[in-house]
Amino acid sequence: METILAREEDIIEEFSFFDDWMDKYTYLISLGKDLAKMIPESKTPENQIKGCQSQVWLNAKINENSIFFEADSDAIITRGMIALLLRVVQGQKPEEIAVYEFKFLQEIGLTAHLSPSRANGLLSMVKQIRLYGVAFQAKRK
Amino acid sequence: MKYLKVKKDFPILNQKINGKPLIYLDSAATTQKPKVVIDEIVNYYSFSNSNVHRGVHALSERATDSFEEVRLGLCHHINAKHQHEIIFTKGTTDSVNLVAHGFRSILKPGDEIVVSELEHHSNLIPWQMLAQTSGAKLKFIPMTTNGELDLSTLGSLLNLNTKIVAFNHISNALGTINPVKKITSAAHSVGACVFVDGAQALPHMRVDVQNLDVDFYAGSAHKMYGPTGVGLLYGKSAWLEKIPPYQGGGEMIAEVSMEKSSYAGLPHKFEAGTPNIEGVIGWGTALNWLNDIGIENIKTHEDNLLNYALELLKEIPDVVFYGTAKERAAVISFGLKGTHPYDAGVLLDQMGIAVRTGHHCAQPIMTCLQIPGTIRISLAAYTIQDDIDKFIEALKKTILLLN
Repeated sequence: METILAREEDIIEEFSFFDDWMDKYTYLISLGKDLAKMIPESKTPENQIKGCQSQVWLNAKINENSIFFEADSDAIITRGMIALLLRVVQGQKPEEIAVYEFKFLQEIGLTAHLSPSRANGLLSMVKQIRLYGVAFQAKRK
Repeated sequence: MKYLKVKKDFPILNQKINGKPLIYLDSAATTQKPKVVIDEIVNYYSFSNSNVHRGVHALSERATDSFEEVRLGLCHHINAKHQHEIIFTKGTTDSVNLVAHGFRSILKPGDEIVVSELEHHSNLIPWQMLAQTSGAKLKFIPMTTNGELDLSTLGSLLNLNTKIVAFNHISNALGTINPVKKITSAAHSVGACVFVDGAQALPHMRVDVQNLDVDFYAGSAHKMYGPTGVGLLYGKSAWLEKIPPYQGGGEMIAEVSMEKSSYAGLPHKFEAGTPNIEGVIGWGTALNWLNDIGIENIKTHEDNLLNYALELLKEIPDVVFYGTAKERAAVISFGLKGTHPYDAGVLLDQMGIAVRTGHHCAQPIMTCLQIPGTIRISLAAYTIQDDIDKFIEALKKTILLLN
């Protein structure tokens, strides 16, 4: 299993090849299109994170001390962001996820997507991911 | 071409966003401020700052005179009968709340409040709260699919129990201009009080409250080239006398003892506490700036640009229009087939284009149209044809990227 740090470095390297914002967003949009859709039954009100602009759904399961997430959104760029966020945390340990801050977004110039003014649900999703980490950690003890 | 010159009055518009020249098409959210307004606020704090209506010294007199001059200017601007019918508030939302709160002591269970389906949440929630506290019933003027109010329903909606009819002059989400006079006379025929949210109308058209015959009319400085945090409530004297004060405090009283106070006359009865003096004075300068160009000239300019933008948008096959009212102003709301408005907003921003996406604080409209939101461009006096051209170019690129 690759560490969070190694996965972050992979993403940063990928993004370093983009010369301009158009390449970057084309990639983000393609990630958004490729992200597996959540089945409608999982899109429950409990799993929904209401944003003013776009909606996000997030669900998580734990398997042998690794957390697996599934998430979705009604906006494609938000889905692309979800794909990036999940790529880093997928299958990682609860104690790591509980304190993880997604610092690689700064490096690849996408932190603005977590700004409260975007109201796209991503900021709450990041908090929710960490909460899953905390909750699954507590369950184990 | 004189509008190129108008644009130069706005320092904020001369900057780059994400490396591209800023194209600001979100004026319905708030207009930018001309340099004269910004200078006036600096000037006020540099030379005239003092509390109004409270001192005998020279500065206080100067501040009070400037402050009251703006009340007179606004009174003339909307053709109110009396200066004291202009109440300064924090903004349109505050004005709606002031009136809705005042009616708590007037409405009884069984009374009815009629609100339109085209409203911004600010002209809906305060009436919902009033309905809850008074036991009055809330009823709605429905909208048609093209974004107009369905006035054929008025006959069945209005009756002798109708106490308030509230609606906007221009819809912030779709740009529809509502027939204020027609609805007002229907409401008056059953003795109801008429409240009009004019936040989107004041920057775009001549408003004559006596001619419209409305009982209340509200607006915000920041939507008409003035500062944020200040607005107006126009009310006919008789109504303003009838409703109790919204907030208690300094300036709104005549005499005070420990047990009971008598309230000051209009307009001070509704202006408790130190007002937003700098905001009001800045607004006065904005009003002069606007009147120098002339509201009719601004309307013609914006109508021309609106039609220009509509023609160009019609040529793009992916564009779906929301709100196609016959009478409309300064706003185009649309969607792109198969895409979410948020995605378009993010990509347009990358190209320096500021638009609004989402439900525009008017969720009932989006529910009615069964969409998550729209992309909205809104125009102002400083918008020029080149802004529209650059926006269309960026929109085409957006569509290409998303498909």
